[in-house]
Amino acid sequence: MADLNSQPLLSIQNLTKHFQVNKSGFFNNTKGTVKAVDGISLDISEGETVGIVGESGCGKTTAGRTFLKLIDPSSGKLIYKGQDITGFNTKQMRPLRAEMQIIFQDPYSALNPRQTVGKIISAPFEIQGVEPTGGVKAEVQRLMERVGLNPEHFNRYPHEFSGGQRQRIGIARAIALKPKFIVADEPVSALDVSIQAQVINLLEDLKREDGITIAFIAHDLSVVQHISDRVVVMYLGKIMEVAATDDLYGSPRHPYTKALLSAVPQANPRVERTRERIILSGDLPSPMNPPSGCVFSTRCWKATDKCRTEAPELLQVGGSKVACHFPE
Amino acid sequence: MANILDIENLRVTFPTDDGEVHAVDNLSLSLSAGETVAIVGESGSGKTVTSLSVMGLHNPNSTSLSGHIKVRDGEKIVDVVSASREEVRSLRGRVVSMIFQDPMSSLHPYYKIGNQLGEAYLVHNKGKKAEAKKRVVEMLDLVGIPEPAKRAGEFPHQFSGGMRQRVMIAMALMNTPKILIADEPTTALDVTVQAQILTLLKDLQKEFHMGILLITHDLGVVAQVADRVSVMYAGNIVERGSADDIFYRPMAPYTVGLLNSVPKITIGKRERLPSIQGQPPSLINLPSGCAFAPRCDYKASAPAGACDASLPLLTGLNENHVSRCHIAEANRATLFAHAGRE
Repeated sequence: MADLNSQPLLSIQNLTKHFQVNKSGFFNNTKGTVKAVDGISLDISEGETVGIVGESGCGKTTAGRTFLKLIDPSSGKLIYKGQDITGFNTKQMRPLRAEMQIIFQDPYSALNPRQTVGKIISAPFEIQGVEPTGGVKAEVQRLMERVGLNPEHFNRYPHEFSGGQRQRIGIARAIALKPKFIVADEPVSALDVSIQAQVINLLEDLKREDGITIAFIAHDLSVVQHISDRVVVMYLGKIMEVAATDDLYGSPRHPYTKALLSAVPQANPRVERTRERIILSGDLPSPMNPPSGCVFSTRCWKATDKCRTEAPELLQVGGSKVACHFPE
Repeated sequence: MANILDIENLRVTFPTDDGEVHAVDNLSLSLSAGETVAIVGESGSGKTVTSLSVMGLHNPNSTSLSGHIKVRDGEKIVDVVSASREEVRSLRGRVVSMIFQDPMSSLHPYYKIGNQLGEAYLVHNKGKKAEAKKRVVEMLDLVGIPEPAKRAGEFPHQFSGGMRQRVMIAMALMNTPKILIADEPTTALDVTVQAQILTLLKDLQKEFHMGILLITHDLGVVAQVADRVSVMYAGNIVERGSADDIFYRPMAPYTVGLLNSVPKITIGKRERLPSIQGQPPSLINLPSGCAFAPRCDYKASAPAGACDASLPLLTGLNENHVSRCHIAEANRATLFAHAGRE
């Protein structure tokens, strides 16, 4: 675990990302704003793995990309190692890119089909102008071995590999420049269970051996629990709850966290047969037109008039931070 | 108990540029009214091909099918493998229905929901337009769509993912079929919506007394709804038994590996996930012996050379719980004891 007194590796302060949407119809033009990320604050310490969970459309992917400035935030601040990088342009960001990497969800579209694996993994060296000790080829082969690929497959193309192997190629590329911080955006959701376990173990090894800080974005709560030290629950662009993994899963404080956890099916028929499940009614509201007050109030069984008018702030409750007027 | 579906020794192969794919090999399976049978397996294990064959939705020009798929239609039994296309078409939607994984691409974006549902009814009830309209509203109401009469006049893009899956279910049930094939019905949905849909399916099953053939890779979903389970690997059933057999007394090494590699929510302790080494084999050049042997952790416990020599038979001390493995069944119980969840 990271030293709590030291400054965070990445400090995210009141970050927002709003997208303008223009629906141009034949007769009417409507303008709207999708509040994909709406005021989130989070400190990520060095060596920590922070899980970010939520349903589709909750803004977790946009948040992850904004952390790396792959998307420019609309407002708020990003402080990386004490340096305000919010206003950095592409050129200013370039030296930092070596330290901040991303692993994508879809191992099929994240690799250029016309480049060999060797070329794909060595691209970071080329872009950053780095000459690794022992030469590029030797280093690429070392990386391939590190992530569990056969180094002799250096000259093969992505289509010759299975989904799990492709995800390993993506990971090798991400760790090529020995990054400090990796955003892993749903890295295992496209993989089969048996392969998923292999990739999770690989990420855990990297975290332990190289001390890489990971923001692990996923919708699968059991996968997130397995790899994270701390978990952030997002809903409609806002943070609902942040807590140490065991606290969040052991005693969820936000009604939404509770409902999410109770919806996760467990591979255990006896538990499933007797289980009391909180079934949330309805769907996620549109992020273009979020409910007033607490964004979760439309689906919450505890909602009162106060919830529908007044947005709760993210406050400390016990060991967790919760945005709810009536935490558990 | 009379079975409504009996699949016997089904074999499905189709040619590709790289060679012949043996998608399903010698598969037998039965389903009776009111029960849920799950087929579990990873991508490429042949589970979707099996379900498409039952619907007669394979490409008749390239795919070759052998064996029997016996579907009970009232007093009559129709074998989908040998029946004419007209006979199979008359079963589709009326006796056997299917819901697909992706509700977005399964609905036609240009037609109103009501039209698409009504069409499913009119195929089997020619000319009964007024009845079809009534039935559409009734079914939409049944699957939990608010204001069904109004929503029937809307287009698919006006519905959310969960709502579209409800529409798909309503469409599949327009003619109250006896068999519902659900191919990964909740994979594209979020967990909170998944819980809603699974509950809905269970309620409808009770109401219509349907047999559900659930195709999925998610063991959590299986645990939630299945009565009996078949585990598939590389086109073969490697284990078949009741849900409790599969989860608490697994007998095939692949089932054991699969159960172990699912991350579980546990408080306090976090251990390294046991994973299955290697990759699933290509269905074009299947190894001659047990297809799972190259990835199996227990190979050393089997008689020397047996795993590479032949595919083990589907056997068991109890005919309701059978599995494929060269290791003697009595030895497996102790060998796999750690995998059970009790």
